[in-house]
Amino acid sequence: MGPDYMIPAIVVFCYLAIVVYIGIFAFRKGKDSGEDFFLASRSLGPYVFILSLFGTNMTAFAILGSSGLAYQRGVGVYGLMASASGFVIPMTIFFIGTRLWYLGKRYGHMTQVAYFRDRWECSGIGTVIFALTAAMLVPYLIIGTMGGGTTLESISTMTDENGKPVMEVVMKDGKELTRPVLIPKKGEDGKPVLKDGKPEMIQKTDESGKPVMEKVMQPKHWVPYEVGAAVVAIVVMSYVFFGGMRGTAWVNTFQTLLFLCFGSIAFVLISRKLGGFDQIMNNMLENPRTATLLTRERIPKEEFFSYMFIPLSSIMFPHIAIMCMTAEKITHFKKTVILYPLCIAAIWLPSVYMGVIAAHQFPGLPPGDTDDVIPRMLRENTSVLLSGVLGAGIMACVMASDSQILALCTMFTEDIFAYYGGRKKFGEKATVWTGRAFIVGVTLFSYLIALQLKDKEGIFDLAIRFAFSGFASMAPVMLAALFWKRSTKWGALAATLWVAATMIGVWVLYDMTDKVGLKPAPGQPPIPIFASLGNLFLRTPGNVTMYGFLPVMPMCIGSAIIMFVVSLMTRPPSAATLEKYFPSKIKNTDATPAPASAAVA
Amino acid sequence: MKAFALAAMAVVLFVLHQDFWNWKNTTLIFGYIPVGLFYHGCYSALCAVMMVFFVKYAWPHELEEASEKHGN
Repeated sequence: MGPDYMIPAIVVFCYLAIVVYIGIFAFRKGKDSGEDFFLASRSLGPYVFILSLFGTNMTAFAILGSSGLAYQRGVGVYGLMASASGFVIPMTIFFIGTRLWYLGKRYGHMTQVAYFRDRWECSGIGTVIFALTAAMLVPYLIIGTMGGGTTLESISTMTDENGKPVMEVVMKDGKELTRPVLIPKKGEDGKPVLKDGKPEMIQKTDESGKPVMEKVMQPKHWVPYEVGAAVVAIVVMSYVFFGGMRGTAWVNTFQTLLFLCFGSIAFVLISRKLGGFDQIMNNMLENPRTATLLTRERIPKEEFFSYMFIPLSSIMFPHIAIMCMTAEKITHFKKTVILYPLCIAAIWLPSVYMGVIAAHQFPGLPPGDTDDVIPRMLRENTSVLLSGVLGAGIMACVMASDSQILALCTMFTEDIFAYYGGRKKFGEKATVWTGRAFIVGVTLFSYLIALQLKDKEGIFDLAIRFAFSGFASMAPVMLAALFWKRSTKWGALAATLWVAATMIGVWVLYDMTDKVGLKPAPGQPPIPIFASLGNLFLRTPGNVTMYGFLPVMPMCIGSAIIMFVVSLMTRPPSAATLEKYFPSKIKNTDATPAPASAAVA
Repeated sequence: MKAFALAAMAVVLFVLHQDFWNWKNTTLIFGYIPVGLFYHGCYSALCAVMMVFFVKYAWPHELEEASEKHGN
């Protein structure tokens, strides 16, 4: 075997080979029907259902993003996202997931849009919802690919015989990148001049007064980011392409078990290597720079509150909604909703805790480098072989973009290709192969974007800004469809346009303030964007807020109000459709559907 | 009554999530778990308990019966 630094990557490649095999095995079990490829014939058993549903939610964002954010903002990140999710997500699965499952089985719906079209008797409006949903899902795919590239690169850093990283010159446009050499400025007494408590740095110049330049160096990796991202993209594409939903669900089940198992081992081993956490925690408390990481001081109360809205996005993510339709029986949901908060705790508690510990072990990492603190911890605190095996476990969760790719493919095939006559014209087999061709196209697209965005956006920011807030704000549309008889397609359209417009608006404000430098440094108070509007729009180091609340909150409330008002102003669907989805009374005949929404009352 | 009790339970849990009293608390539980993290770990367990009650008392039996009736 080669040098030690190759071992972790080789272990990861073995793992990738296993998941490809699972996909091919699922392919052999599959049939040539759309329902089998996209929904595994709605036949998933209870344990595969819960593990795959949970695994689908465990993404690069959850593992790398949460620990990276905990590194920057402390233990409050768990309450911010994990315990909020433990409260909201099981509730949404209980109230919305079970009904989607029933309606899907009863009427053959495979996607949310298919249900909306039938429920509100609409065609074009369904396409608008499809377009927005697809646009919001794509960043999620990119995160998966970026996470794969980052992790493989991180675990394969080349080292010399002394264990130090091998460095290489950074190249840009075919040329070696250079930068001015900086030296501390010295006062008349010969001592360094301090500015904001740190030595003031000035450019070093030669005898002629020209700035002295140095080459920009970076650690050399056996598997560079571009190659790692490509390998992950190809592997995910392969098992989704061959295995469809069955393959994806089996791989997700395998991934979740692997992660829970190896994550626990990693936590115990790192703890032992560090000699227990007591001493580290006490050291952190004594240091004013790190003490705030053990509290919630770095998270404003308004932001903490508005994060309760984010988990509403879960059930609105197409891959979660579609996954809800794959259960064989509705009773499979019982264990799922009970165990879900505990599964979240099992994954997030150690991830957040490790992120905080990393702030003690690797102080001073810039925000862009904090997403790989878990692989760093593994490398520093376990053996090379173990770091490789555990790194593979983390990779398992990072690669959760499989479900998103399949969901996007299902949506395109069912909501566009089949809906506009493709299935009728070309048949069932061609429909499945259209879906497979779409998988290849969308994988290639997300890979190219992941290359472009490398080092430009944190994984977490990208996910939150574009996907999570948007999907959360679409939750009122789903709730209205399921539980409010009087809701209309025009209400749904208005709410969808509101979500799209506010997302663009927030992006414009964020981009504008970024470009003009109207952005506080970490730890500094927010800056009003428009002085005349007071605190209405504030710019924080990482976001745009309204009176301190995240945009998701006004977006969500606005979406609900618009859905309500516009629905009341417009004509509801026909009586026949309303009778179909909201039967006036329960009849004990086979011809009458059960009330999809009555059980909540 | 059941529905009211369940809704009240959900509201209480929603409020308990905003544990402002722990904001600047630096206590370490068992000497190594920050109290804010410990609290929210327990909160997650409480959410699981709440879902046990929802499954027991608000389960959509109508959907279960209807799906069985239609051979699903």
